[in-house]
Amino acid sequence: MVADAYAAAFEGVAADRAVPTAVRALRRAAFDRFAALGFPTPKNEDWHYTSVAPIADQEFALLVSRTGDVGRDDLSPFNFGATDWHTIAFVNGRFAPELSDLKKLPAGVEVSDLATAWASGDVADRLGSVASHQSHAFTALNAAFAQDGAVVRIARNVEVTRPIHILFVTDAAAARAMTHPRNLVIVERNATATVIETYASATDSVYFTNAVTEITLGDGALLRHYKMQREAPRAYHVGTIEVEQRRDSHYVSFSLATGAELSRTNVCTTLDGEGSGVTLNGLYMLDGEQHCDHQTEIVHAQPNTFSRQLYKGILDGRSHGVFNGKVYVRPIAQKTDGKQTNNTLLLSDTAHVDTKPQLEIFADDVKCTHGATVGQIDQAALFYLKSRGIDNALARRLLTYAFAADVLETIEVDAVREGLERTTLERFV
Amino acid sequence: MSLLVISELHAQVNDKPILKGVSLTVEVGSVHAIMGPNGSGKSTLAQVLAGNPAYEVTGGSVTYDGKDLLAMPPEERAQAGLFMAFQYPVEIPGVSNAYFLRAAYNEIRKARGEEEVDPLEFADIMEEKLALVDMESSMLTRSVNTGFSGGEKKRNEILQMAVLEPRLGILDETDSGLDIDALRVVADGVNKLKRPDNATIVVTHYQRLLNYIIPDFVHVLVSGRIAKSGGKELAFELEEKGYDWVSGSGGELAGARAS
Repeated sequence: MVADAYAAAFEGVAADRAVPTAVRALRRAAFDRFAALGFPTPKNEDWHYTSVAPIADQEFALLVSRTGDVGRDDLSPFNFGATDWHTIAFVNGRFAPELSDLKKLPAGVEVSDLATAWASGDVADRLGSVASHQSHAFTALNAAFAQDGAVVRIARNVEVTRPIHILFVTDAAAARAMTHPRNLVIVERNATATVIETYASATDSVYFTNAVTEITLGDGALLRHYKMQREAPRAYHVGTIEVEQRRDSHYVSFSLATGAELSRTNVCTTLDGEGSGVTLNGLYMLDGEQHCDHQTEIVHAQPNTFSRQLYKGILDGRSHGVFNGKVYVRPIAQKTDGKQTNNTLLLSDTAHVDTKPQLEIFADDVKCTHGATVGQIDQAALFYLKSRGIDNALARRLLTYAFAADVLETIEVDAVREGLERTTLERFV
Repeated sequence: MSLLVISELHAQVNDKPILKGVSLTVEVGSVHAIMGPNGSGKSTLAQVLAGNPAYEVTGGSVTYDGKDLLAMPPEERAQAGLFMAFQYPVEIPGVSNAYFLRAAYNEIRKARGEEEVDPLEFADIMEEKLALVDMESSMLTRSVNTGFSGGEKKRNEILQMAVLEPRLGILDETDSGLDIDALRVVADGVNKLKRPDNATIVVTHYQRLLNYIIPDFVHVLVSGRIAKSGGKELAFELEEKGYDWVSGSGGELAGARAS
């Protein structure tokens, strides 16, 4: 039984007395909660369009010790050729100092691996404070099994110009295995930073990544957060990002998904301070049998908060895209300004999409809109390009790129934007 | 030499017959005007020649430069030097005009066995072409036709024609919606592109454009057939007497003579 396998794996984790007491307590509570919740089924409204049976029905080994044989050269595709990023790398879930590059961090910026960081300071106590294991099975599973991840802390008023790259790479040693990366990002008052969180693979093996990233933004803080899901084609990926925002803070997120056979990304934020805002953009490009689900949840908990969402999906083959965006406006959150858009381009007759925008508004003076479109390549535009000598394949690629152009333009890291522009032009050949 | 030979061409759209036996021969070095009332099939003829898949050819043949034009997909027609300036140019948000033009230019060069040009070389080529249609280089960074005024769109069509240097240019109602200044710029551009080894078909409802682009031949299309052909004076006669004048007298003149 798969459940027994998780229980057995957990006994191994629970026996590790080297971790702080607070972490051990969290692990135990989280595992009990996971055992009670079980994997979600399609009866669960949040999982209506995504069956996690492929994950739930398989056994994945927990990688405890360090494994892997990944060299620096293997990483270059995952940083789009950029050489000036601060990088903390993990191979098969464990910190890889030899692949990391943290020597040039400016003063006031702390980037370390969780397994080291939780032994001191308040890190252990902070785990789970933003991303609760109470209601989400995968978050509970992560809390129970998390071994490592990145801790990023930006001190108040510090502006970090170069991106901080948190890179998780798997290789052949991760075959049939699971990792539960856990990241903590704290951007203190009036600090500004860019964090790129990448999940990628140097092989095509089957493995399961279940990541959780907890983010806290202090008053006036600005975080640009790029999540790049570029897992191996047959991998399973669940990634949860939970954010807590104080007054006048701005969380800007871009979520890319091109990898994995089955993937789910949850982005949840609570705008718990006046004047705070969130921008959630996303692009998913799928083909074959890929299934990719994005869930966003924005809670407007204070007045004068804003949210902007633009998610675009390009679906080919027999792929399946899901977008479910929830916006809650609490009674106190007057003058909320919310806009949500999900556009899908279907490149084949067999690809399909489920899109479900949800607004729940309990305040009476708000401005909230949402919209979704699903379309195919515009035949008039296709003919126009072809009539200028551009062949069918290039014309379709250009129009595919054009579909994604506006969301790509929001990417402020040049290397990422240019890299993804190329990906968009070249993926559907 | 005949660049284009259209023979008894029949075409329909959504099962509705539009072209009902059009015959026309275009020699290199000549300018032909095709005039006619609304719904006579002028634009259909232009679209069919360019290869728009929305139009179905149900009979007849078209030979272009000795090749069966109707057997060629639109991109091959363009690569072989056929160019249609659209009556309604399509907006493509997200693709810059410069990228689009260079892609088209390079595809056509590739088809001719010539080397592709890089963005820098292309910028030099563009400088000269922009002047031809009195366009600012800022037009190149904007998305294709997106947010362009009617006049800008038409000028952009002529710009493309200038870049691609077609052997056969077909202007589909390029004059519609243009004020007189824009019309002059567009006509000027077309005239400058005229060479002894290329040809132009000007499709228009009004005689006005033909004051600026002087045709060698004028054909009147009525109900899907060429009802009358003549020299440039025919355009003035039409302007004066209206299309009804030809409609009744179609029969014996149907099918333009080879010129």
